[in-house]
Amino acid sequence: MKRVFVIGAGATKIGEHWDKSLRELAVEALLAAVRDAGIDKREVQALYVGNMMSGELQGQEHLGALVATWAGMAGVAAFKVEAACASGGAALHQAYLAAASGLYDCVAVVGVEKMTDALPNDVTSALLTAEDQDYVVFAGATFVGLNALAYRMYLSRYGVKQEDVARFAVHCHKMAVNNPYAQFRREVTLEEVMSSPLIADPIRLLECAPVGDGAAALVLCNEDFLKRNPRDVLVEIAGGAVATDILSVHERKDPLAMAGFRKAAGEAMKRAGIETKDVDVLEVHDAFTVLGILTLEALGYAPPGKGWQLVADGELEPGGRIPTNTMGGLKARGHPVGGTGVYQVFDIVRQLRGEAGANQVEGAEIGLAQNLGGVAGTVAVHVMRRVR
Amino acid sequence: MVWAESIPRAWRERVKKYRLLGGKCPSCGSVVYPYRQVCPYCGSEVLQPVELPRRGRVISYTVVRHPPSDFVGKEPYVVAIVELEGGARVLAQLTDVKPEEVREGMEVEAVFRRYREQSPNGVIEYGIKFRPV
Amino acid sequence: MKFSMKVGIAGYGAYVPIYRIEGSEVARIWGSGDEEPIKEKSVPGLDEDSLTMAFEAARGALEMAGVERSEVGAVLVGSESPPYAVKPSATVIAEALGLTPRVVAIDMEFACKAGTTAMILAAGLIAGGAIKHGLAIGTDNAQARPGDELEYTAGAGAAAYLLSGDSNRFLAVIEHAYSYVTDTPDFWRREGERYPRHAYRFTGAPAYFGHIVGAAKGLMEEAGLKPTDFDYVVFHQPNVKFPLRVAQMLGFKPEQVKPGLLSGEIGNTYAAASLIGLARVLDAAKPNQRILVVSFGSGAGSDAISLVTTDKVGSKRSSLERFLSRKVYVDYGLYAKMKGILRVA
Repeated sequence: MKRVFVIGAGATKIGEHWDKSLRELAVEALLAAVRDAGIDKREVQALYVGNMMSGELQGQEHLGALVATWAGMAGVAAFKVEAACASGGAALHQAYLAAASGLYDCVAVVGVEKMTDALPNDVTSALLTAEDQDYVVFAGATFVGLNALAYRMYLSRYGVKQEDVARFAVHCHKMAVNNPYAQFRREVTLEEVMSSPLIADPIRLLECAPVGDGAAALVLCNEDFLKRNPRDVLVEIAGGAVATDILSVHERKDPLAMAGFRKAAGEAMKRAGIETKDVDVLEVHDAFTVLGILTLEALGYAPPGKGWQLVADGELEPGGRIPTNTMGGLKARGHPVGGTGVYQVFDIVRQLRGEAGANQVEGAEIGLAQNLGGVAGTVAVHVMRRVR
Repeated sequence: MVWAESIPRAWRERVKKYRLLGGKCPSCGSVVYPYRQVCPYCGSEVLQPVELPRRGRVISYTVVRHPPSDFVGKEPYVVAIVELEGGARVLAQLTDVKPEEVREGMEVEAVFRRYREQSPNGVIEYGIKFRPV
Repeated sequence: MKFSMKVGIAGYGAYVPIYRIEGSEVARIWGSGDEEPIKEKSVPGLDEDSLTMAFEAARGALEMAGVERSEVGAVLVGSESPPYAVKPSATVIAEALGLTPRVVAIDMEFACKAGTTAMILAAGLIAGGAIKHGLAIGTDNAQARPGDELEYTAGAGAAAYLLSGDSNRFLAVIEHAYSYVTDTPDFWRREGERYPRHAYRFTGAPAYFGHIVGAAKGLMEEAGLKPTDFDYVVFHQPNVKFPLRVAQMLGFKPEQVKPGLLSGEIGNTYAAASLIGLARVLDAAKPNQRILVVSFGSGAGSDAISLVTTDKVGSKRSSLERFLSRKVYVDYGLYAKMKGILRVA
């Protein structure tokens, strides 16, 4: 396996881009990453497009060839990679594997989603393609509803107050104020979160990641490429892993165990040669506040049922014990579904390069990104390391 | 949404839905719903079909207030994880109960109800919901 | 009519939805100032229809009878409000009960008489030696034009009877039957119309009373019985007044009628009405009691069925009392949504 480095990163702002199509968003991010890498786009040998719902919402598949064509890169090996909300992370994993294998020396990944083309009830239905159509979606469950089932179990099992979990959203909004790419750049109070409308009890509107459009892209290369094209490189993908769990959360023996995440995180960290204590900056998949808390506990930063304490104590801030979602996370930076897995790494790359501005984590060296598909049915975890 | 109006698909699954047909794993003893040939827990490929008990209790529940397209007009409704006698877990709606009356641990029984229509004049899909005992 | 072989009831079930609307609430919207004909009626939930109600009643009947599913040879469903105009409820019910594929199945319409006719036909199949046991179901989610006087009473419910030729299983034996039918257009619904129409006072003497009296007298003459030979009589019950009046006309006493008279609480459940009344009676009956059931279906006709309970009656009871006692009241707005009067576009 060859070492793989991030040599370019680019993204669009996340928001309601009425005037930009799916392909335009993808191309904007991809070409920005290519420019950032300082290479000619024709040097990219393989392109991985992470996306979940283009078929449902745009009636469009075959995104590999589409994006390659519209980026002026037709001819490149190109693929759409889908793993529900982990499509971005899964696409990144494929890109990483391609470069690590040495079959390709320079590859690119773009995660993209365009959600505002459809009506809200139809977006809800499209998101549900992540779940079992015949036995879960059939029952009228929504994606928020499935997470709510886990949320309620968490609150009951540990006797935690919902406010303490909801505070995770307050933290994310505070972080996003300084992120020019974020969808929401204003702070919210805990009162606002707890009085926002119920979507699927007990989950409230401001505990949910928003609907939005956006694309983020990375250019990766391996050591062979660097030998031919020496350059200043700061960020390496030190390890990555993908794992699945039993798809339906209600079928897992313990719906709160996050077994898929534990497996992927364990493997990624082992490959990177690190432990959780080495992580300087963390990106968790907070599609709903409770997922952020469960992840912190699963990583061992707090005992089960006590993850909320980290938020309350400010440990997730740039100066805290485990800076988390320092660019706003899914809640405030945004969650254009297929794009998220790449946005998370984009945010970590900025931290490791020292380009995080007001939210900079001093001396950040190791970053870990967790991207969940469905209710953690697929998990992609990547570890990034600053090499100089 | 094309899949939502597939008659063959709904027809294929009807017996599992109507009769709560699950599978018992002879290797690890787990009971799953719906029936499938391979055990999701231990990988055994010889699951036995079994009509599951029609009583259980609520493990967790939520109240859906913003439904997907084919449930518009039915909200708010309760979706719950029901653990049946014998251990199989089913994801289903609760019915004949007000959302505020639902409790974790509530005893419930299976009933046969309409879930959805494939389209306004299309095929009606029936299945199992649960109501308080 | 007598059957060539003894046929009896081996199990029965009845179902009424949990929701109720009071007559006074209907009057609040449409009120004419007249006294409401009943106190309250049952309303099906958003996820219920005549098929789901029929299933629940049928399941109760099968469970009570405890027969082998493979030996149930018929599922006959009487209803005027099936969810499909074309596609029988009987197949869904049979599939859901595990009775498919070897079963005689059909949906039938004869307004509020279809359930008792299903019983007569099931009995015929059994007595003819064609099947061992048969399910006869009467079920309706009664539709009435909003603002029409029938809206006060159009209720919802189902009842099912597992008939058998196996005398060891009899809770009650069918002693005699009599069907009385004429072409009388008292109440009808043309194809494509949402709500039925009726002929007001014409639905009384020429329709309800004429046919019930015709069937009841016909049966009693043929069978050599008089009103005093019966412990109970259950009439079709579109309201509370008609059954009591026809009882008096025929020489029955109110005490014989009241145990099986439920319309005041649940409304007119159309094809299920007399059968739900019969279930209430069977739940209370003692061994060796004689019961007369006389249905009436618009169009028009009446089935009279005479039953005698065995010493096994009372060893089993249906869930009817449980369903009658659980009530959640709805206002007219929610009622309109549940009945499909208000629709999401």
